[in-house]
Amino acid sequence: MAKAAIQAIGINKWFGEEPVRTHAVKDVSFEASFGEMLYVVGPSGSGKTTMLSMISGILRPSSGRVLVEDADIWSLSSDELAAFRLKRIGFVFQDYHLFPRLTTAENVAIPLILQHREWNAAVEEAGRNLEIVGLQDRAPLPPVKLSGGEQQRVAIARAIVSRPDILIFDEPTASLDGDTGRNIVSFVRAQLLTDQRCIVIVTHDARIYEFADRILRMEDGSITAVERSQLDAQ
Amino acid sequence: MPGILLIAYKLLINDRAKFAALLVGITFAVFLMIEMTSLFAGILSRSSSTVINIGASVWVMDPAVNTVANTIPLPDYVLDEVRSVPGVKYAVPLYSGAALLKLRDGTYQAANVIGLDDTSLFGRPQMLRGNIEDIFAENAFIAIKDAEFYKLENPQIGTEFELNDHRGVIVGIARVASSALFGVPTLYTTYSRALQYIPNSRFTMSYLLVEPKSPADVAAIKARITAAGYLALTRDEFVQKISDFYMYKTGIGTNMMLMTLISFIVGLSISGQTFYTFILENIDKFGALKAIGAKGRELVEMILFQATFVALTGYGLGVGLCATLIWIARSHLPDYAAMITFGNLAMAFVMVVIIAAISSYVGVRKVLRIEPFDIFRG
Repeated sequence: MAKAAIQAIGINKWFGEEPVRTHAVKDVSFEASFGEMLYVVGPSGSGKTTMLSMISGILRPSSGRVLVEDADIWSLSSDELAAFRLKRIGFVFQDYHLFPRLTTAENVAIPLILQHREWNAAVEEAGRNLEIVGLQDRAPLPPVKLSGGEQQRVAIARAIVSRPDILIFDEPTASLDGDTGRNIVSFVRAQLLTDQRCIVIVTHDARIYEFADRILRMEDGSITAVERSQLDAQ
Repeated sequence: MPGILLIAYKLLINDRAKFAALLVGITFAVFLMIEMTSLFAGILSRSSSTVINIGASVWVMDPAVNTVANTIPLPDYVLDEVRSVPGVKYAVPLYSGAALLKLRDGTYQAANVIGLDDTSLFGRPQMLRGNIEDIFAENAFIAIKDAEFYKLENPQIGTEFELNDHRGVIVGIARVASSALFGVPTLYTTYSRALQYIPNSRFTMSYLLVEPKSPADVAAIKARITAAGYLALTRDEFVQKISDFYMYKTGIGTNMMLMTLISFIVGLSISGQTFYTFILENIDKFGALKAIGAKGRELVEMILFQATFVALTGYGLGVGLCATLIWIARSHLPDYAAMITFGNLAMAFVMVVIIAAISSYVGVRKVLRIEPFDIFRG
């Protein structure tokens, strides 16, 4: 059995104060393993992004624990948590959040620069990661010159540049057409998923469900179903 | 340069419109602040020109004197009294007054006349043409070649004029360290001739110039003269007294300070607003950096670096622009009194640091408040 990368144990999240207090995530527990591509799906407002933020060390749960390789990440100080995210987690945001004033290669190099790598070495390494996503010729261009699919690939290159063992994707196909979205996720599965890496994707795009190992369905802050993927059937 | 600061640098300068707006704001503010304070410094310097040019260690005057130009004549016996004070090496009289000259072409020109002690010629100017001894010749005057020299129709040695129906002759051309404030030319002559040519009240000495035997004697000399009912000031004290008068007892200082304050507010408004917009436009990127793993203090460093870089660049450009314009103005307007001092530069620098601090404080607050979770929520 694959080793657990992330364990969420009874996590809850409340927002606001009474009388407008909202219970966004309700006593959620699950595991994501290395070598697994886990989807979290559900309608808007179901709490999947909140849950994703809590397991990636961005949003502190109101209660419950999040273990990454058996270590409770929410026992870390804020600086330690930042260092944890920098080294262990690669983020691909829904809107990419690329810096329009930096070149594509410089954007990809950001996690390395935050790890105090020398600028030129970091940009060179970023260039190699752009090769992985097939955008080596776009390195000197600003992201605004790239198409949506290309920007998504740049965001992926940025997420993997520091070799994290957990990749978090937030609605990776939301801004892409159907074919491009499928190609991107197919690429992620084929090229980035390894036995030493866990990928968690939040989506409500049913067209890409086929690439998941497991799918957690969320509704109204709770996990309502856990489905094995069609890949198992194949 | 650390990579995080290089990111900050590139974010800043690659947003050319905002970077230009920030630079214009700071540069303009620095230019105005230095220009205003330099003008004031120039006016203050020129207001003390006679004190600077004569160069006496201690000046004795009536206590009601506010500026070197507004003289209150001293009775002759004060000279003897001061000379008798222990510690006084020597004391000489000085005449300083205004006169109306009738030039060769028949026009009248106001002038400042300095009458030097006949015996010592203490406070004599540096001769450019002619000999200082010629000041003892009949009707002799020495013209000072400063910004106002041309108003005497660019006199040569031998040029004649009239002063109160007396004939005057230029016997030398000299220069002094500092031009006068009020835009009139200056003539030097002997003390006795000044009294003879220019109508005076019963008392005649404008100032007494005192040289102490040693600097340690100054305090005792001042005390003795004060006890006699007169005021004794060192050169620096007299310059300060004149500066204080213009600064606090006329509207000049207040107006200059107001203009400087307005320049500061204009600079702060432009830079603060632009920097805040710059931060707002990049707030999601800062949030993304935070989510990726940037620490709060690294984001603060980025903003402080950007604010400091803009402030220092704007400061340099503002100082350069001001210096250039003053240089151009001086080459076309000899009377232009602006003078950049280290004090002006330091004050403008402090103001710019305050502008940068306030601008970056707003940005820092905004960036520290952004939660990475907000980036996920969109």
